[in-house]
Amino acid sequence: MRIELTVNGKRVAHDVEPRLSLVDFLRDELDLTGTHVGCEHGVCGACSVIVDGDAVRSCLMFAVQADGAEVTTIEGVGNGPGTLSALQDAFWETHALQCGYCTPGMIIAAESLLAQNDNPSDQDIREAIEGNLCRCTGYVQIVEAIALAARNIREARS
Amino acid sequence: MTHYVSKKRRPKEDGRFITGRGKFVADIKRPGMTHVAMVQSPVPSARLKSIDTSRALALPGVLDVITGEELAAHTRPHQNALDTPEVVVYPMAVDRVRFAGEWVAAVVATSRHIAEDAAELVDVDYELTDFVVDPEQAMLSHAPLVHEAHGSNILLSREFVWGPVDDDAKRSEHKIGFRVRWGRNATVPIETFGVVAQWDEGSGILDIWASIQMPSYAESIAAMLDIPLNTVRAHYDVDVGGSYGVKRGLKHTIVAAYLSRKHGVPVRYIEDRLENMTGGEMHGPDRIFDMTVAFDDDGTINSLGIVAIDDAGANSSRGPLQLGKPVSAICGPYRINSVYYHAISVATNKSGQSAVRGFGQSPTNVAIEACVDRVARFLNLDRLEVRRRNLVKKDEFPWRIPSGSSYDSGDYLAVVEKAVSLSELGTMGARVEQARSQGLLSGIGVVTTLEPGGGNSSFEPLLNPKNTTTTWPESCVVKMDRTGLITAMITTSTSGQGHQTLVATIIGEELRVDPDSIRVVHLDTLTGMPGNTPVASRMAIMLGGAASGAAGKLKTRLATIAAHALDTSPDQLELIEGGFRVAVTPAKSITFAELAIIAHREDHRMPANLEPGLQETFVMQVPTGGELPTPDGVVQMYPCYSFACHICRVEIDPATGKTHIPEYVIAHDCGTVINPDIVRGMVIGGAAHGIGAALYEKFEYNEDGQLLTGSFADYLIPSALEIPDIKLDEHCTPSPHTSHGQKGVGEGGYLGAPAAIACAVNDALVPLGLERWELPLRMGELADQIAGGQTLGNLLGP
Ligand code: FES
Ligand code: FES
Repeated sequence: MRIELTVNGKRVAHDVEPRLSLVDFLRDELDLTGTHVGCEHGVCGACSVIVDGDAVRSCLMFAVQADGAEVTTIEGVGNGPGTLSALQDAFWETHALQCGYCTPGMIIAAESLLAQNDNPSDQDIREAIEGNLCRCTGYVQIVEAIALAARNIREARS
Repeated sequence: MTHYVSKKRRPKEDGRFITGRGKFVADIKRPGMTHVAMVQSPVPSARLKSIDTSRALALPGVLDVITGEELAAHTRPHQNALDTPEVVVYPMAVDRVRFAGEWVAAVVATSRHIAEDAAELVDVDYELTDFVVDPEQAMLSHAPLVHEAHGSNILLSREFVWGPVDDDAKRSEHKIGFRVRWGRNATVPIETFGVVAQWDEGSGILDIWASIQMPSYAESIAAMLDIPLNTVRAHYDVDVGGSYGVKRGLKHTIVAAYLSRKHGVPVRYIEDRLENMTGGEMHGPDRIFDMTVAFDDDGTINSLGIVAIDDAGANSSRGPLQLGKPVSAICGPYRINSVYYHAISVATNKSGQSAVRGFGQSPTNVAIEACVDRVARFLNLDRLEVRRRNLVKKDEFPWRIPSGSSYDSGDYLAVVEKAVSLSELGTMGARVEQARSQGLLSGIGVVTTLEPGGGNSSFEPLLNPKNTTTTWPESCVVKMDRTGLITAMITTSTSGQGHQTLVATIIGEELRVDPDSIRVVHLDTLTGMPGNTPVASRMAIMLGGAASGAAGKLKTRLATIAAHALDTSPDQLELIEGGFRVAVTPAKSITFAELAIIAHREDHRMPANLEPGLQETFVMQVPTGGELPTPDGVVQMYPCYSFACHICRVEIDPATGKTHIPEYVIAHDCGTVINPDIVRGMVIGGAAHGIGAALYEKFEYNEDGQLLTGSFADYLIPSALEIPDIKLDEHCTPSPHTSHGQKGVGEGGYLGAPAAIACAVNDALVPLGLERWELPLRMGELADQIAGGQTLGNLLGP
């Protein structure tokens, strides 16, 4: 099937098998390997990407369902090549990662939270990333990173 | 005063991960790459009557379907860690299957989709045979045998008596005994295991890219494929998406490598989650402890008795050795005079056991801490006070325990006081009462635990007399290029530990060079120097030491050239940022950039007889190692012992049995910290693993030998809502054995948290007259016990 969509601001058109998942499409067809696979059954959140403004699990979606959609992956999160988003910078500052495998999905979940709420409480943050499992960090430095990014975004704005 | 060590610095590695530019095994593409899917046994024990691959082979895109029989005809079996020559295990089942999930056939096809479709078309005729899933049943004489040729399901049964156990029991005023159970779990990384193998007929080299954290990986591949070791090139520049001990996909690698060689194409096998949980053989220790403790009225613990039955599942590889590491800290941080230890490894029809964070120490720590709590309750003493009375004191180091290891340094009481103050333990009782007044159960856990680090792997000869290992070195190569920039080379993969940051920080410290300017690369197993991968909390100690050693040699070389150029002697030189100056005449100086030109291009300015270039290698020997165990099992195992005190409070809803952790505090001492954020992450992340092991995670087999928890929907990994905001404090007692006083830190959180949670839950159960030393303390079972009121043991009696 032929699909057309926007990925990280670029128009792409591809022929895909109907059973191809969105995550496999992004990774295998578009070489966007920043989006990871942890469970393929919708629990771990490693495959999170933003589709039309919402964080979704790209392992649970078929590529054909993204026809016409606007998709943002971790590769499209920064403000242009060589720059980091406020969240990426904060993840580095607090070392909110170890192996880095959950990190792209975690940042996507957090981008989606901060787009809706730029002053989240720690509990808001924990609820927003509840569906993103991290096996390395115990989440404490991730929560700190998201709170720090929110603060930096608010300060930059005022 | 340090310049870079212990200072906050953004880890070098993080930049590529936050932008999605890590290079994980699933990101590796080779031209013409093919893909594997496994056919797995649906039954725990059977004879393989026939395997019909014809329907699968007929599917377009399928290259081949191999069975265990074919693979075994072309490879050698797995090496056993124990002395069990009759236990013969190949990567895939030969003639019979031994656990549900075992690989029966492997399909290789042009895509993973096609391989999976074809796997469903492989027809296997299983003739069911008797099986055993309970380790105590497996020890009975009439039990079905997992490995018939071995003649028994007992893989290891070794008794140790360290110190005057009988005398200590006789002179002690009290003795109690009880059982502790540690459930089968693992650290379950979010990335499954994966491997890409490519046999290059032209060069005669087998290239391997894998998500691996395994000592002797290339050696094992070469041995099993029966090819020279210098044929195998395992690439260590693959980012590993978490491991914590379990990423040991040797059998996966053998299948992929065999297929690659047979078909002349690159072969990739990336487990899906179900394959990983059921067939990956990454389950950790699964233990029953029968504990006895002999003690006096004042709480002094004189002697411990530990019978540990470990369910190894269906293989006999490295897993059973996890009964050995705890020997290095068998007394915990306590002054215990004698120990009886009976280590028993039992085969059952379950997934084989793999190494997990702490290598068997965490279950043992739970058992030891349970003893201390039991003693305190028996004597009606405060649990922390009993610990204080038994802890090794600051001026008693080095402290040698009866099993032969020496604890290097520490100030345990100071660390305890930091935890007490950070946790506001003094008022925690009031918070317990408050929760109780709201109808909840609430309790406090206070534990003090050790983390042995940097060992010489002496548990290998301890549990297998044919093994002669007495060291586990680690190496680092440092070079300065012609522009004066530094590149360091290490021989390991990294799974989140921050080795590039570690090495750059230490070299930066030794040479007064900004660590951000230092590049650290991962060599492969052909170009690399001796290394043993980041197991056993060893890299700060061993890789840090190697980096320090190599940088020190480079500094000496630079100083020799600088002295010659400045017409002075090396001992007159002072290291400054970016070069040297003459101490008495500081105006006379020379930069590294200039020294680099001299060393590479200006022989006329070089001292005589000095080889050109600027490169040095250092191979670090394990401090304090080098001796085989005595016949009665006494041996020095680990050079460094980190210490931690965990204090937490839990609340349990008595109706649901759901445990919540409103307060959690850790004070720890891992000697000198190299990078504070990395250390903090390691400690908290390890504790989160421990909370999972204590409350949620279990590979549960039913009596039909079926794994019930093969997905993330039923094997429950704690999320951000279950892990509390863990607070930390640090103390620093430098180790006398390491380059900067550092000790290990990768496992400590995991070595304390399960014990802390178990002690807190049991404290919460006290008012009901109940106790439960069976991990994980899952909500359903806890609720049933609370409702039923039946206890696992008599709380107050022996
Ligand atoms: S891979 Fe999609 S949720 Fe786990
Ligand atoms: S950083 Fe490794 S899983 Fe989150």
